[in-house]
Order: sequence, then C-alpha cells, then structure tokens
Amino acid sequence: MSKPLFRTCPETGLQYHKPAEMLMKAHAVVAVVILLLGGIAALLVTLTRWPTVHLLPADRFYQLLTSHGVNMLIFWIISFEIAVLYFCSSTLLKCRLATPRVAWVGFTLMLAGIIINNAAIANGDASVMMTSYVPMPANPNFYLGLILFAVGALVGCFVFLGTLVIAKEEKTYEGSIPLVTFGALTACIIAVFTIASGAIVLVPTWLWSLGYINNIDAAMYRIVWWALGHSSQQINVAAHVAVWYAIAAIVFGARPLSEKVSRMAFFLYIAFLQLASAHHLLVDPGLSAEWKIFNTSYAMYLAVLASMVHGLTVPGSIEVAQRAKGFTNGLFEWLRKAPWGNPVFAGMFISLIGFGFIGGISGVVMGTEQINIIIHNTIYVPGHFHATVVIGTTLAFMSLTYFLIPTLFRKQVAFAGLAKWQPYLFGIGMSVFTLAMMGAGTLGVERRHWDMAFTNSALGFDYPASAYTLMGIVGISGVLAILGGAIYILVTVVSVFFGKPVESESSFGIAFGHVERADPIVVPDGGHEAAGKWGLAAPGTFLLAMFFLVIFVLYYAVNWKYLASVWPMS
Amino acid sequence: MSAIQPPAETVWWRQPLDKVEGTWISIALVWSLIMFFMMPFWHIYGKQNLSSEAYKTTPQAFLAKTQAMVDQYTVRTETDLKLPVVKPPPGSDVYLAGRLWQWYPLLELEKGQTYRLHISSLDWQHGFSLQPVNINTQILPGYEMVLTITPDTSDEQTIICNEFCGAGHHNMVGKIYVTEGGS
Repeated sequence: MSKPLFRTCPETGLQYHKPAEMLMKAHAVVAVVILLLGGIAALLVTLTRWPTVHLLPADRFYQLLTSHGVNMLIFWIISFEIAVLYFCSSTLLKCRLATPRVAWVGFTLMLAGIIINNAAIANGDASVMMTSYVPMPANPNFYLGLILFAVGALVGCFVFLGTLVIAKEEKTYEGSIPLVTFGALTACIIAVFTIASGAIVLVPTWLWSLGYINNIDAAMYRIVWWALGHSSQQINVAAHVAVWYAIAAIVFGARPLSEKVSRMAFFLYIAFLQLASAHHLLVDPGLSAEWKIFNTSYAMYLAVLASMVHGLTVPGSIEVAQRAKGFTNGLFEWLRKAPWGNPVFAGMFISLIGFGFIGGISGVVMGTEQINIIIHNTIYVPGHFHATVVIGTTLAFMSLTYFLIPTLFRKQVAFAGLAKWQPYLFGIGMSVFTLAMMGAGTLGVERRHWDMAFTNSALGFDYPASAYTLMGIVGISGVLAILGGAIYILVTVVSVFFGKPVESESSFGIAFGHVERADPIVVPDGGHEAAGKWGLAAPGTFLLAMFFLVIFVLYYAVNWKYLASVWPMS
Repeated sequence: MSAIQPPAETVWWRQPLDKVEGTWISIALVWSLIMFFMMPFWHIYGKQNLSSEAYKTTPQAFLAKTQAMVDQYTVRTETDLKLPVVKPPPGSDVYLAGRLWQWYPLLELEKGQTYRLHISSLDWQHGFSLQPVNINTQILPGYEMVLTITPDTSDEQTIICNEFCGAGHHNMVGKIYVTEGGS
C-alpha cells in the first residue's frame, strides 16, 4: 500500500501535500542559509560605513557589498518566495503540487545559480554591485549564476500556476481562490515579467562578458535591468502583503473587509507596479519628462493607491475581528489587546507600519521626478529600500517562519523567550537604521561609497559633523538589527534541525494566543458598523490611516521646499 | 471565511463596500492625483527641472570638445597633479568629463550666470553629485547630457562620484568654484 500523500496538521487543519512539503522545506532552508551569508556581509559592510570603525579595506568592502546585495535582494527573498508560492497553492488549496519532479529541477537550478554566482563574487573579479552596470565588466559566472537562478525560479512559478490549474480541475476548493492565494498569484505574475526582463538583459550581458557581443548600450541596459531590479522588489511587495493577510487570518481569523477591494488592489499591482523601474532612471540622460512622470507615478500613483488600500484593509480586518471578539472599548482596545508577545503577530504588525510609514512615504517622495535630483544615489536610497525590503518583506517572512516551524516542520520553536523579542529588536533596529540613512542621504552622503572622508583623494570634501553622527547611528542601529537577524537564524536553525517535535498546540513553543481555525466571524446585527464607531467598521484603523496621510503630506511638502532651495536648472 | 480560505459568498464582488474602505479609497485617490499633477505643475512653475536634452556621443568626441575648452579657458592649475581649473565665459557651453577616477576639468563659474553644462563619461557609468548644494544625476558613456544651470550661491562645490565605478570610486572628486559675478 502506498504511503498517504497528504498530512493534516492537527492544530491548524492545514493539509500538506508531502512532496510539496519537502520542497517548501528545502527552499526555506536554502533561504535561511543565504540570509546568514548575506547577514555576515551586512555586518562587515555596516562596520565599514560606521565612520569611527571603518573596518574593511576598500576592495573587500565593495566585494562584500556586492555579495550582500545579491544574496539578500535576490537569493534570500526569491528562495523564500518560492516556498510561499507552494504553500499558498498546494497547502491553502488542499491540492497536490503539480509536477514535483520538475519543481526539484527548478530547485536544483536555483541552488546551482546561487553557488556559481557566489563563487564568482568570492573570486574577487565580480565586485560590480547587484546592478552590474555595463560597461564595468564582471566574471562571466556572475551573470551565469543569476541566469540559472532566474530560470529555476521561473520553473517554480510555473509549478505554482500548474497547481492552481489542478486545484480548479480537481475541485479541491469551491468558488474563488482565497485572497492570500490571489496575492501569491499576483506575486507570481510579476515574477514572470521580472524574470523575462532579467533574461532579456542578462543573457546578452553574459555573452558580452564572454566576448561574443561587442557592446551593450549603457542606457538600454539600465532600462531593461531595472525591469528586473525594481520589479523583483515588487514581487516582494505582493508576496509580503499576501503574508500580512495570511497572518491576520491565522492569528485573528480575520476575513477581508471586502474581497472586492483587496483583490482589486492586488490587480492594480499587476497592472501598474512594474512601471516603477523608472524610479531609477529619473536623472538619466535621454529620457523625456513625460516618460518619467507617467512611469514613475505608476500612471497616476495607482499602485501607491493599492498599497494604501492594503495598509488600511489589513489592520482594518484585524480590528473588525478583534471587535467581534468583544474588544470594543475606545478606538484602540483591539490593538492594545492584540497578542504582542506572539512574534507571528508582532513581526507582521511592525512590518506593516515600517513598510508604510518609512518605506512607502520615502519611496513615493524620492520617486517624484524632480525631487529625485536631491536624492538619487545618495544613501537615502538604501535607507528607503531597507525599510521596504527588510522591515516590509524580510520581517514579514520572519514572522511567517514562526508559524511554519510548528506547522510545516512540526518542531517546537526553540528559545521561545528570544523569539518573542526578535521582531522588536530587528524591526526597531532597522527603523532607526533606515531613518538615519535617509537623514545622512539628505545631507548628501553617498551610497556604495567606501570613504566619506575622502582621505586618499587629491581634492577632499568635508561633510558636516551631523552627517558623521548620523552614519554613526547607522552603524549602531545596523548592528542591533543584525543581532535581531542572528537571533532569527539561531531560533530557526535550532528549531528545525535540533528542535523537539510538536505534540499538541500547547507545545508549539510560543504562545500563539491560539491558532484560529478560521471560522467565519459572525457579523453583528446591523453589519460591521454596529461594532465600530462613527458608522465605520474599523474606526481605529481609519484614524491611523489619517495620521499616516498627514505625515505623508507634510514630508512630501518639506521635500519640495528643500528642492526649491537648490540651484535653478532646466 | 478568512483570507486563507475561499470567499464565503461565491459572488463576492457583489458584497457592498464598507464605508471605511470607500472613504479611504476616495481620500487616497485624491492625494494620488495631487501628487501626480504636482510634477507637471513644477515643470511650469518650478525652477529645478532636469532637462531632457541629451545627445549620443563617443568618449573620443566628448574628450575632444572638453579638451578644446580646457585649452582655451584654463586660468590656473591645482594640486600636485596640475589639474586645470577652467573659467568659461558666462552663458557658454561647459564640458565636464567623468573618467576613472577623476572629474575633468575643475570649473570656475560666476554666481547668477547661466551655463550649459555638458556631462558625459569617458569609460564606465558615473554619478554626478554636487555637494553641498545636493544635485545628483546619472552619467553614462555614449550619452552627453546638457544641464542648464544657474549657480545662486558663491562657494566651493564638490563633485563626488555617486555611481560605483570600481576600485578608486571613492577618490573621484572634482570641484566647481562659484565666484561673485564681475570679478
């Protein structure tokens, strides 16, 4: 008799298809190993940019900065995302994964790509940063590794899509796919676009590095490369928003305020998010102002609108769920009484706030055509994207991990006391880090730069003392955040490889409150509003959103004012 | 049903919008439109706009134009490297080349005068970052970008390279000296 192909998690009722389970585990483990690698590079890079420490010599700094960028922005995140795609298709739809053997081919290609690319960087002749702008040459294996990884990820995307087809065909669910799966589908569609762009730009560049192609135009490279470079971060946005909804559902049994609005917002991502690759080209020669304005604004900010919608509906759905449970006092009892000791929730909520308030606002401001003149390639830029990709995506994935350890890996969460504090250390450390970076960037401190003191330069330049102070804060808060990252890796590795098996919900290792069976929330008589205030279902969330808008408007105005003070130019 | 389960109502798109969502979407949409129209507005009424004037060029052609200007208008040299400082006449075309790892030449401009500053790279990609005034643009080989600038502060401005360009990237520093007009 053949072994059963499905296992039901007794606590959560989730059904895991065993071949899918193995693949999810493999991708997640590779992801965490890469996170460790990228984290070590992060520490060394941070300690070099901290002016009083200035640890590494220049060539080593640029090498490790390249490694940090590629491993974190591409390998860690996309590896984890493939695990998320399999979870959102096979597990959430209770369906067998399409073609597990092909999926393993994809996994192998991704792993091979990671190894080949990292070997090229380690070799020392591929310190070209993640962007590898032509005509600065790199070891051909740098590009080859990225290409193999991308092909592997593309295979993963098609396995995901195939699983959706099978689930529909075999009727493993009724009606429409869950919202979280819809979000994952959004991420997958953006990923296919991204990887196609990557192939279009990296395959010729690889051939160029081998000597088969004579010349690659620098401007053309940048346009196509950013359809890879920026869009890959948009996969993250779609994926981590899906994870936010998933965690709201897991921890609170939250249901979307309305399916229509949330799905429409995801659809806006598919339609408009990719235009944002123009953010990187706002001060490039040869592109017209009309092209820049249309693209940088995602066609009138429709993708920003989508993020602002998710930013309301995710906490809004939590508020409604909490109010239905009786946390109805005042505007914020639902939030005060949320399970702040549960890292699944705490991490997710810090991710949401950090992504919106820091990453979102700074992203829109610096993506404004003219304001980009005072920000392009300063350290403000990594300040912004550490808020989106690290606080937003990475922290959301870390939070999900604390749920996956007991349910997917069937292990108790080790060092539960540490795990409880991890999202705070990581999230707050990273928030200070990003804000200090943006401050330094506003003072003109450059990104990807070894020496802000210009010691070996024939003509020097002195940054104001405040710039040095801010870079010192970047150093200290960066180290704290890295410590938070190290705790995550410690907890994950020890739990997964040496942890005690889970026997029941009470032995998860961390207090989840309780894992919601996700019963439908009973809508009180008179609709959601009856539980809220001012005729609104989620008045507390609405107030938070208005607070967000006020900060947004003020910061936007301040930057125009700053721009108006620089030399007139046309 | 929660977000990890299929929607309870099969015709979920008929479910009416909650007031909190409808209100927020309207507010956010208005704000999005304001931000969008702010950019064309600034093109008409603002003073800091990047021109889209650019030409295809080659490193040889651009260097030749730069060198012609250097030969004609050099006023002094600086540092042991004898870097030329060029003072082109107000209103003229000024050339600035980025190369590994130098901005060539140093420039001296007059406050309140307008110049057509042509910038290109002779090798890899570079970043033109003028500090402390804080103007940043991308410099590409093969493309000649023309910025029409009017310095309105009289001080020493430093050009820092802010696109990574290899081992000596952090030493790539240039200068634009802005003097009071009429001197």
